[in-house]
Amino acid sequence: MLLKQIVDILEGEVHTETFDGELEITSGGAADLMSDVLAFTTGGNSILLSGLTNLQVLRTAEMANITAIVFVRGKTPQQSTIELAEELSIPLISCRHTLYQASGLLMSAGLPDNGMATIL
Amino acid sequence: MTMKENTTAKNEVNELTRIQELVYEVRVKEVMTSQVVTVSPDTPMRELMRILRIKKISGVPVVDGDDLIGIISLEDLVMAVADRRHPHDSVSDRMTRKLVVVRADEMAVQAVKLFAHYGYGRLPVVDNNGKLVGILTGSDITRGLLKALSKRYQAEEIRRYRASHIFEDIDSEQTSLILSYHITAGDFDHGGAATSKLKRALERLGANPALLRKVTISSYEAEMNLILHTTTGGELRAVINPQRIVIITEDDGPGIEDAEAVFKPGFTTAADWVRELGFGAGMGLANIKRYSDHASIESLPNKGSRLLATFYMAPPDKT
Repeated sequence: MLLKQIVDILEGEVHTETFDGELEITSGGAADLMSDVLAFTTGGNSILLSGLTNLQVLRTAEMANITAIVFVRGKTPQQSTIELAEELSIPLISCRHTLYQASGLLMSAGLPDNGMATIL
Repeated sequence: MTMKENTTAKNEVNELTRIQELVYEVRVKEVMTSQVVTVSPDTPMRELMRILRIKKISGVPVVDGDDLIGIISLEDLVMAVADRRHPHDSVSDRMTRKLVVVRADEMAVQAVKLFAHYGYGRLPVVDNNGKLVGILTGSDITRGLLKALSKRYQAEEIRRYRASHIFEDIDSEQTSLILSYHITAGDFDHGGAATSKLKRALERLGANPALLRKVTISSYEAEMNLILHTTTGGELRAVINPQRIVIITEDDGPGIEDAEAVFKPGFTTAADWVRELGFGAGMGLANIKRYSDHASIESLPNKGSRLLATFYMAPPDKT
């Protein structure tokens, strides 16, 4: 699924200049607990949905090789978060849906779960 | 189990998951057969039998001009032969018209899912205009993944060679590269900055992607522990040599009461503010233990803690 399709499905807003809509996203995950994200990462290009907007979400994405982040429930990232995202080339998107809704929308549109394979 | 057996076993597991990863990275068009044998709808079943036998295949897409209109398999042929009432049936009388297709641009994982869901032996592959461009079987996927795997394995070999070169050029009995970072307690805004630098260094040294991720995730958890749980912060160190990478953190307190319990998933002493930041659910040290080949912690209450996590490179007999 292309990143721009994800933005369309979620009626999302892009907050970073770093954004390649043609980027193929291969799986998705949702968590507010960063250690859970770190415990279940996969290869390919995966997207993280989260209700947290602090810098650690970005750091977690960096360590777990996550390609893009979606903030749910209408939360917008702070300027410092956006600046770090540009530095790490990780696009930030926000949407009004809840974490559950946003995950459901992407899942039913065919984006697979990234919890299927771990690097262990 | 000896340490060597243990590392080898872990390595085999890595190979498996690298294949799993590839399913998400390889596209259908990279693994499909593009020279497709097709039949027209008016082909007699008897002729179909001859085609399947000569080409040694078990099913073919049915095309009418440029349009894909169905698929017919060995199973349909067997049914037709068993049904003696219609000896002159043609392909159009016996084919499956309700088609499940996969797009050439899709990831191999989509095809794997379709195979699992429908139980079909083959899937016609179409382009964005619905035009037939190939055919895909389960063994095409297996073959394609093995090819992709060997390609990436070679690329990794080259990276590893480059990395080990640094160590070969320096003559000593044991050369190690030590990267140290000072971590300040409570400096949440810079949490992960040290591991970010370590990650870039390991990339330049040519660490393979799976090892790189295990080390960076563990280092990040360890770095966050220094920020969230220590009184004065501490030091994060990575000791790198051609055989292994060791991540070490040392701090001056407050120390841990039960150094065994901390590795249990869910064990936590974290304050609410830590949890609100997405940490402190008792998964950090459990993750480090999961990802490392060996992890240990020494701690004295009111003194300090020292965490050691070891990650072995691939054993030489596997390369």
